[in-house]
Amino acid sequence: MTPSDLRREGPGQAGMTAVDRRDFIRVCAMALAAVGLPYSAAAKAARALAAKKLKPSVIWLHFQECTGCTESLLRTSHPAVSELILDLVSLDYHETLFAAAGRQAERALQKAMKENAGTYILVVEGAIPTKEKGIYCKIGDRTALEILREAAGNAGSIIAIGSCASWGGVASADPNPTGAAGVPAILEGRKIVTIPGCPANPYNFLGTVLQYATFGTLPELDEKGRPRFAYGRTIHEHCPRRPHFDAGRFVQRFGDEGHRLGHCLYKLGCKGPATHANCPVLHFGEVTDAWPVGIGHPCYGCTEQKLAFRAALHETVEIERPTPPDTYAPIRSRQGRVSPVATAVAGLVGGALVGAGFMASRKLGGKPPAEGNGPGEGA
Amino acid sequence: MRVNRRLLFKSLAAAGASAVAGATAQGRARPVAPPDALGLLYDTTRCIGCKACVVACREANATRPDTSNAPGRLWDMPMDLNGQTKTLIKLYKSADGRERSFFKAQCMHCVDAACTNACPLGALKKKEHGIVSYDPKLCIGCRYCQMACPFNVPKFEWAKTFPKIVKCELCRHRAAGASLVATGGFLRYPAGKGPACAEVCPRQAVIYGTRRELLAEARRRLAANPGRYVPRIYGETDAGGTQCLYISHVAFEKLGLPKLSDRPVPEVQEAIQHGIYQGFVTPILLYGLLGAVIFRNRRKAEAQEGRAGKEGGP
Repeated sequence: MTPSDLRREGPGQAGMTAVDRRDFIRVCAMALAAVGLPYSAAAKAARALAAKKLKPSVIWLHFQECTGCTESLLRTSHPAVSELILDLVSLDYHETLFAAAGRQAERALQKAMKENAGTYILVVEGAIPTKEKGIYCKIGDRTALEILREAAGNAGSIIAIGSCASWGGVASADPNPTGAAGVPAILEGRKIVTIPGCPANPYNFLGTVLQYATFGTLPELDEKGRPRFAYGRTIHEHCPRRPHFDAGRFVQRFGDEGHRLGHCLYKLGCKGPATHANCPVLHFGEVTDAWPVGIGHPCYGCTEQKLAFRAALHETVEIERPTPPDTYAPIRSRQGRVSPVATAVAGLVGGALVGAGFMASRKLGGKPPAEGNGPGEGA
Repeated sequence: MRVNRRLLFKSLAAAGASAVAGATAQGRARPVAPPDALGLLYDTTRCIGCKACVVACREANATRPDTSNAPGRLWDMPMDLNGQTKTLIKLYKSADGRERSFFKAQCMHCVDAACTNACPLGALKKKEHGIVSYDPKLCIGCRYCQMACPFNVPKFEWAKTFPKIVKCELCRHRAAGASLVATGGFLRYPAGKGPACAEVCPRQAVIYGTRRELLAEARRRLAANPGRYVPRIYGETDAGGTQCLYISHVAFEKLGLPKLSDRPVPEVQEAIQHGIYQGFVTPILLYGLLGAVIFRNRRKAEAQEGRAGKEGGP
């Protein structure tokens, strides 16, 4: 049974994982909560999906990547990937999850694109090589560039999952031998939702997909196409170690006292203050603290093009919006004290200047020195 | 109001004429706070030092965080009010560390403000709701206001090419035409339009309202908690009264609030200035003395020249 066979079956009818209505609403609520939609919206989403008996068709393309985004999606438990691909969406083409192979798989792609033209959700995972007309990544004798352009043509909406598809990711790191680029750079002028992250948090993806499937709308995006609900703030703003930052308690080196006490990782090169993502509030796969800072490693800025695979791991970043520390200004601000030595030096210099000025004015405007008495006489 | 060249000359001429006539030498009327004078009431016993007001002030007034004092420039850490800081929470700690108090610094919005009186072109003026307002278009950067202010509030943007004076204006730009409505015993703006520091404070350690209401509230708190506060409201009469008021469990001087007489600073300023120019006596005396010195020197020089001419002449 391939996912496309399941496509026209509504919730509760899926053969492999029969979910009841309550479970179904729960699953929808989980995913929609990620976008900040209320519980009532989940019921609405469930109703919409059940009434249509037509789950949104998803075509998932893989290019230059490690499949980490798919792997993390496979490890979500609320909803589990089985619920996702069998009940919530109709995953019509996904190279990793396909039972089919070769020409059969290619046919499924063509069929899905034709049947759902204009409505399907195109998900792209991985960067697209652009050098030498894109020959560095080929599937079925076609370049990634060609496949992407064709699939994007009739897509209802396009989602770039992971940093590779969003802006190039690790494949575009210097010296970028294949000319790897993200989807927005290839499909210029089209509205593309980017969900960067290495890997991207699957709930940010799920929330976006379900909002589109239910309401036909996309979440509010920032100037880089990132949903604001997930990328509107920096890691630093919600970091569980933030109190240590404000109090000036830093880890100085891996394994030191501060590290064991869970102090702030900024000095080890944490990119949290400049990285926009919701990692501190929405943990990966619901495993508490399953993210770099949670396990004692500095954030490496995987969502940010200017940081990940560019800034060195130990390099510290500028604080984007500095806020007050845990300390206070004194009632009377400290005034610099003048040391007696400095006073003496200043007095000497001042005295010398006044003396020189006096002598100069005497030479210029005063009476000429009496004959024979001038020190500069004859010189 | 725009000051152009003509207006500037006109006002200078008028100032000159009035100085000659000695017309302003009479005592000035002591201004009183308008009934809708807005202000703040800060209660040291309620403040927890969270600095939400400092951050909210930055956002409301778009001032840059001051990281210059912070090690590694990691924090917004001004040491005092400055060219980019309009309000600040400070901490008073006694030598033995037993007595502590937070203190919120910002413009006091004096009923009779020294800065407005010192400002030569009226860039600082008491405007609607008695707020001491700043108009950068009229500012010539003389910084007399800094010298005049007894609370050391107006700050200058020393680091900028075209610097301005920076001070709290009670977020009057946020009100933007909104009118005051009675809310919870105070006349206030709709949420988001009042002073950001007071609106964000999680413990109502700083509240805003009209001066009259704030004084009543301060008196109520003093009466309801005998022994908790220093039994006085700072700003009720100090320096002729201020629109920002303080009640505290620690002596006000320790918080950096100076001991001032009840006489407004401008009265002192004007008494000195007008005293000097009374009947134009001082300028006449000064110029007369100067003239006498010049006259004497000139006679001496002429006599010397005459002698020299006789000795070295043909």
